[in-house]
Amino acid sequence: MGMFILRRLGVMIITALCLTFVVFFMTNLYPNLEKLAKTQGNFRMSEEQVATWLDNRGYTRPMLVKYGEWLGVVPGFVVEGTDGETRARCARLGSDVAEAPRFCGVLQGDWGYSSQFKEPSSKVLWKRLGLTGFLMLCALILTIPVALVIGILAGMREGSKTDRSLSTFSILTSATPEYVSGVVLIAVFASSAVGLKWFKGSATKAMTDASFENFTLPVLTIALFSIGYIARMTRASMTEVMTAQYIRTARLKGVSFQNIVVKHALRNALIAPFTVIVLQIPYLLTGVVITETLFNYKGFGWLLVQSAGNNDIDMLLGVSVISVVIVLSTQLISDIGYVFLNPRIRIS
Amino acid sequence: MEPLSWIEIIVRVLYQFLPVWLSMAVVFIGSMAFKKRLGLYGRIFDSPIGMFGFALVIFWAFTAFYAGFFDLIATHDALSQVSGMKNKSPGTPYAGAEAGDYPYYLLGGDTLARDVFSRMVKGSAIVLSIAPLATLFGYCVGITLGLPAGYYGGRVDTFLSFLANLILAFPVILLFYLLVTPEIIATGIPMYMAAVFFIFPIVFLVVLLNSRYHVLPKVRTPLISITLILGLWLYFSTISESGRGTWVDFWPGALDLFNIPGGVLVVFIAVVFVNSPTIFRIMRGLTLDVKTRDYVAAAQTRGETAWYIMLWEILPNVRGPLIVDFCLRIGYATILLGTLGFFGLGLPPESPDWGSTINTGRKLLSVYLHPALAPAFSLLSLVLGLNLLADGLREESLKD
Repeated sequence: MGMFILRRLGVMIITALCLTFVVFFMTNLYPNLEKLAKTQGNFRMSEEQVATWLDNRGYTRPMLVKYGEWLGVVPGFVVEGTDGETRARCARLGSDVAEAPRFCGVLQGDWGYSSQFKEPSSKVLWKRLGLTGFLMLCALILTIPVALVIGILAGMREGSKTDRSLSTFSILTSATPEYVSGVVLIAVFASSAVGLKWFKGSATKAMTDASFENFTLPVLTIALFSIGYIARMTRASMTEVMTAQYIRTARLKGVSFQNIVVKHALRNALIAPFTVIVLQIPYLLTGVVITETLFNYKGFGWLLVQSAGNNDIDMLLGVSVISVVIVLSTQLISDIGYVFLNPRIRIS
Repeated sequence: MEPLSWIEIIVRVLYQFLPVWLSMAVVFIGSMAFKKRLGLYGRIFDSPIGMFGFALVIFWAFTAFYAGFFDLIATHDALSQVSGMKNKSPGTPYAGAEAGDYPYYLLGGDTLARDVFSRMVKGSAIVLSIAPLATLFGYCVGITLGLPAGYYGGRVDTFLSFLANLILAFPVILLFYLLVTPEIIATGIPMYMAAVFFIFPIVFLVVLLNSRYHVLPKVRTPLISITLILGLWLYFSTISESGRGTWVDFWPGALDLFNIPGGVLVVFIAVVFVNSPTIFRIMRGLTLDVKTRDYVAAAQTRGETAWYIMLWEILPNVRGPLIVDFCLRIGYATILLGTLGFFGLGLPPESPDWGSTINTGRKLLSVYLHPALAPAFSLLSLVLGLNLLADGLREESLKD
């Protein structure tokens, strides 16, 4: 088990390195740098001005060197600019160039400087991540019980009317992308023209003061998609368990249907959904980006869209590191959890 | 003129879809009549859920076909803006209608005073020309790489699986933002990717034919030459951009059959790129499962080549799960296209595809609902139809 986790951690680190290099490469392509220069400097800069602007700030050096600097394995640059000012990578936050440390990269705990928010990236990142964590937590608290109950109710009597209607509901919700369900929910519950006007169509206020009124719709939008998906998986696993030999034995012994479901079937039927729920978290991340954009909730997803739109290199790298860690660690957790929950695997 | 009542709107919309209803009726009556002889396709009509899903899917398929090729169903031009029609509610009479113009905006006007109904119909043509084709290309890539990964295992498998997991670890939207921006398009990276991805269908076909007919040179040689000539001609027509001065500008313009607009190509590539690792994983898993069967061992004993076993023994025997997944994946590709449109990436902002229309409509959503709701429900019904169809297919294919 220890070896397994170690190997997985190794793969995780290699994946993270490859991924951040891809992001680094894409964001450091010249047209992207040109866009950065124009948004940071001045939109009417000529080609030469853009080139010197980038030269002075160390953007035009070789890709691998820059990536090494970002990682913190290559000393940060010190460039004497053509405008007479000396800039150093490690002195971006206004400290003195002479006193700046030699290395400043992720390994040293320096996540870089957001060109868009004019703040250290890590500060922005943690704040936004906290907001999104809250949103995702609420969504999961709503999703898991609802999805499991729907799946179990549908799966315990396969082919019954309850099963048909609940399965249709779960297919419907899992076929609805967030930008459709969000739009429909806003139209029904928040529109000032014809809707019920129960909730607010914007969650901007929920960032500081989350209330039932402004937070329900975003949570519901994220939850709906996962509910359908997890419910379908739970139903499949439940129907499989219900046809097992030991359930038939229990039924022939005269155990009541309620007891069969609760005591015999439930525990075995919940192993598969566990993996699905954990693996659903990375998908929630995509849903979060859409939902936050739609409801104007300034969390991690909003940050991703903003920094990608403005080519905020350090911020985008931070965002991708965090999402990679989330994706890969959920995979690891689901694998380990599966082994612990399923004695058949543990023994073999 | 009076605005239409809701009943009149519904009747008129239904009438507007008349060619679609007729075609659907023909398909349904024909399929029902020959149900027994149509194999798995015919068995869809045994399951009510599958039939409903199939109806939704061919409804949009025919709508896209008639709107895209014959300009039938749409009542107005999808791009023209008409003064006085801005944000008008459904059923508003067309301002300044001349003889021959359709006298109403059936589903109202959007913020730029364009007809919501026509945009929805035209949007289906865009969505349905990209999503299924992109899925098909994704399948070519996934199958061509997944089969050897599962069959050979070892280093090939480790390398390809790592690559697939790498792409899957990217959040989809970050990937889109990295790939589908005007700046990246300017660097030509999507064109390089297109050049790589579009070679896969040709490789797939050539290997497929060669592995079967390599013992019959008289059949093999003409067959493969024709495939190669046609395939490469289409290939270079697709990736070359005559007269645009990029690196792919070498193909003579006279031989260039068509030029795909830059935005469409990038969106296409992005969808293929996101889909193919998942297809690769499915294909690899299925191959791992099937390669231990007796008929594979028998083929190995007969001395068949590895590619023959993969393409003519393993692939036909895993077609069931692949067909089901194909339906689901077209739905997923539709969702991805919508996501791209929702973030305003790739296709031009005035494009009538559903994602872009939802994106423009959502900004005024709390006041004017109809511009966003029409494309939202269209997308929902298409994806739902594909899901139900896949469900019906799965149920029917499990029956034997």
